[in-house]
Amino acid sequence: MMDWAFLFEISLTGIASGGLYALAALAFVMVYKATRVVNIAIGEMLMAGAYLFFTFAAMWALPLWAAIAAAVLASGLLGAVIERTMIRPLLGEPEISVFMVTVGLGSVLVGLVELLWGADQRRLPDFMPSQPIMVGDAFLAPKVFWGAVVAAVFIAAVLLLFRYWRGGVALRATASDQGAAYSVGINVPRVFSLAWVASAMLAAVSGIIVGSIGGISSSMGVFGLSVLVVVIVGGLDSVLGALVAGLLIGLVEALAGAYLGGEYKLLATFVVLVAILMVRPYGLFGTHEIERL
Amino acid sequence: MRIGTLKESYTADAALFDSRTQHAWLAVAAALLLLFPFMASDYWLYMACLVAINVASSTGLNILTGYTGLVSLGQAAFMGLGAYTVAIVQARWGTPLLLNLLAGGVVAMLGGIVVGIPSLRVKGLYLAIVTIAASFIAHFLFANFGFTGGTAGLSMQPARIFGIDLDTSFRLYWLIVPVMVLMLLGAANLFRTRIGRAFIAIRDRDISAEVLGIPLLKYKLLSFGLSSFYAGVAGGLWAYFFRVVTPESFPLSMSIFFLAAIIVGGMGSILGGILGAVFMTLVPELLKLVFDWLPGGSELTVFLSPVRLIVFGALIIGFLVFEPLGLAEMWRRTRRFFHLWPFRN
Amino acid sequence: METQPAPGAPARAAPLLQVDGVTLAFGGLRALSNVGFGVQAGSITAVIGPNGAGKTSLFNTISGFYRPAEGAIRLRGQDITRVPAPQRARMGLGRSFQNIALFRGMTVLDNIKLGRHAHLKTNVFDALFYLGRARREEAELRRDIEERIIDFLEIDHIRHAPVSALPYGLQKRVEMARALAMQPEILMLDEPVAGMNREETEDMARFILDVRAEWGVTVLMVEHDMGMVMDLSDHVVVLNFGQVIAQGVPAVVQADPEVGRAYLGSGNVDELRAKLQAAARPQAATAGAAA
Repeated sequence: MMDWAFLFEISLTGIASGGLYALAALAFVMVYKATRVVNIAIGEMLMAGAYLFFTFAAMWALPLWAAIAAAVLASGLLGAVIERTMIRPLLGEPEISVFMVTVGLGSVLVGLVELLWGADQRRLPDFMPSQPIMVGDAFLAPKVFWGAVVAAVFIAAVLLLFRYWRGGVALRATASDQGAAYSVGINVPRVFSLAWVASAMLAAVSGIIVGSIGGISSSMGVFGLSVLVVVIVGGLDSVLGALVAGLLIGLVEALAGAYLGGEYKLLATFVVLVAILMVRPYGLFGTHEIERL
Repeated sequence: MRIGTLKESYTADAALFDSRTQHAWLAVAAALLLLFPFMASDYWLYMACLVAINVASSTGLNILTGYTGLVSLGQAAFMGLGAYTVAIVQARWGTPLLLNLLAGGVVAMLGGIVVGIPSLRVKGLYLAIVTIAASFIAHFLFANFGFTGGTAGLSMQPARIFGIDLDTSFRLYWLIVPVMVLMLLGAANLFRTRIGRAFIAIRDRDISAEVLGIPLLKYKLLSFGLSSFYAGVAGGLWAYFFRVVTPESFPLSMSIFFLAAIIVGGMGSILGGILGAVFMTLVPELLKLVFDWLPGGSELTVFLSPVRLIVFGALIIGFLVFEPLGLAEMWRRTRRFFHLWPFRN
Repeated sequence: METQPAPGAPARAAPLLQVDGVTLAFGGLRALSNVGFGVQAGSITAVIGPNGAGKTSLFNTISGFYRPAEGAIRLRGQDITRVPAPQRARMGLGRSFQNIALFRGMTVLDNIKLGRHAHLKTNVFDALFYLGRARREEAELRRDIEERIIDFLEIDHIRHAPVSALPYGLQKRVEMARALAMQPEILMLDEPVAGMNREETEDMARFILDVRAEWGVTVLMVEHDMGMVMDLSDHVVVLNFGQVIAQGVPAVVQADPEVGRAYLGSGNVDELRAKLQAAARPQAATAGAAA
């Protein structure tokens, strides 16, 4: 006999955590949309944001709202520095080179975190309401719920931004054709910086939430692998894809974990990924690259 | 100053090592390789074996990613397939050493071909993610099947050849290094023929390549198969070297290591694969030596791991920003300098 | 459009290449509509038309990169519409590309050798071992390319140069060399003299004529240089908006008012005719003097 209540509860948790994936995926897509860079260090940037928050809130004992703001801003600064020193010099190099730079970046960030804060897991100060959320009889962990709410707010904001704000259009133009973007007066280097700053800030928000739920550690970056799966499934350059795929992957992971067992989570995710890529090689909503002869 | 070398036949022009100086250097290198084990300490013999295994695997990855342009993060998984095959086959059937290595290579090759099947439709970094997926699936299989020993893995008897147990680094050297040399020669030969040219064509412009007569799927699968065969053999050597194979022996980070090795060394060049593997294997050791030498004693060793990570990352970033063509290009520049000296260019 | 036989010409043999009612669509856009024409063995046929007329799409369909929605392509009477592109190369369809498609990671020599790929026999085992079949085949290939192609196209001084270092004109010549290495029966040249000056154009024209004379190769080319087209071609096919609007010997096509309208809109057709004739005349004079 099928336990519908259990299924519902699991699905709810899955979708909510999917919202978190979507937020992190958004950070990724932002950079890819503007600069065509695959930032595999997105998980580590998440981690950096979380550790910055930890430093401001727990170590320097700033009031929580200030700590969050400071962490996000500091992350933005980090994003700008990264873009200027490692990404911009590689303009025009093949994609794989920039990809490898982000691999190196991830490694450096993990090393720095371990060096400065040690490798042990730590808890972040609580700042979210702790009342359990009940949907009918289904229990949803409050942190997961509020995290998903925050994620939803940001996702909606970014979607609107890309659609209607001039800067969003500039971002898309730059991604599509740098030369043309330059010639219509778009400040391409500034767009690049902006994209990385925004991405880093979104990653920081994501990291703070994820860290609040599961604690922070120097291996937090492994979350980035799931994010990578999400953006591939959704389409590397699609904001909508990040959202849909995030929810989908969150759901798949939760169901796999509950019904098959914890070790099957990642496996199920990857099987879904391969299946989808076989049917849609550019992800669910990714732009199909037309190849001309 | 070397002005030029005169070739008197087309075959001579196509030779791998085409001048007298190159032949001389080759002889020196061969002599060094032969004498090294008699002069080196156990530690350096150990390192030499490790370097040789990494060179073999990097060369395989170079064929797929450097020459054919198919980015793969599955090299460790294919090595794992080879390693497990060797361990299982040796324990079950006691077959001879070389046959085991061959079996390891073949099993890995089959895995590579399967992973390569999406490569016609799925391109670029999407394909790289598929290889990551393959890595995880492989890890899952290693950890969850009875005959692979589950999470505990398998331990192995030493390799046996002509009745001798290869249980020291000295003895293993004489297995690993010649196999590596053969693999290098094979790869170098490949790119003097139509097969190698087809690979490069696929990397540079695959659609035009097809119209010019190269069946894409067949050659992409060939590249995957060949490179994973190399990985499988390297994995088999790894198994004989470490004598313990577990699901954690071949993590994703190892695949990243090999990718970094060919990028730092120089993609699309055999020499690059060698230099990159040597460099990336020895740098952590160098770091350890530096740490040992620094005053501060044992308190500092806790920092070794994070510093290693930082150095690893910084090297990759540094090379890509300042020398994207890698060590091989630096080598070529040095050679040119000496060839042209005392002229500047 | 009716094919006008040249006055006094013998009865037509079956064409070497026949394009029959080919229609190619990308979603709602019709790149080619009911395109049909024949290419006689040993001839030089030119496909002309304004930009966007579908000329390169036509080439890509013949090469096998696109699959037509309707119609057929026949080579020596055999229907090759469903034959995959690599096999068409082996069957004798050689090709050069509009925007040079040389492989930048290889030298000139390797690029040319690549053209012979479909006809070589070395397999992966031969390649790894090299001594033996691979070495023999490579040596034979090298000799053949040096003597027949590199010499012919006068590119011996750049054989080991990386193609990315070459100037545009030489790159185009290497493209041609690679196409010749394919041992083609039909050589499809997509804008062989695009971007070339007068001298380079004349050199290329000479190569094309020599290729036909010495190698017996049939040439099918897309070209915009009207002088070259009118001077070299035995047969001209005019495309506009994916349809054949005229075909025949150059003189006939030149005089066709439809062709004038396609290039100029409904402008002054007499003026166009005069321009075309004027462009053709000095080419004819120099070609006649050089022959």
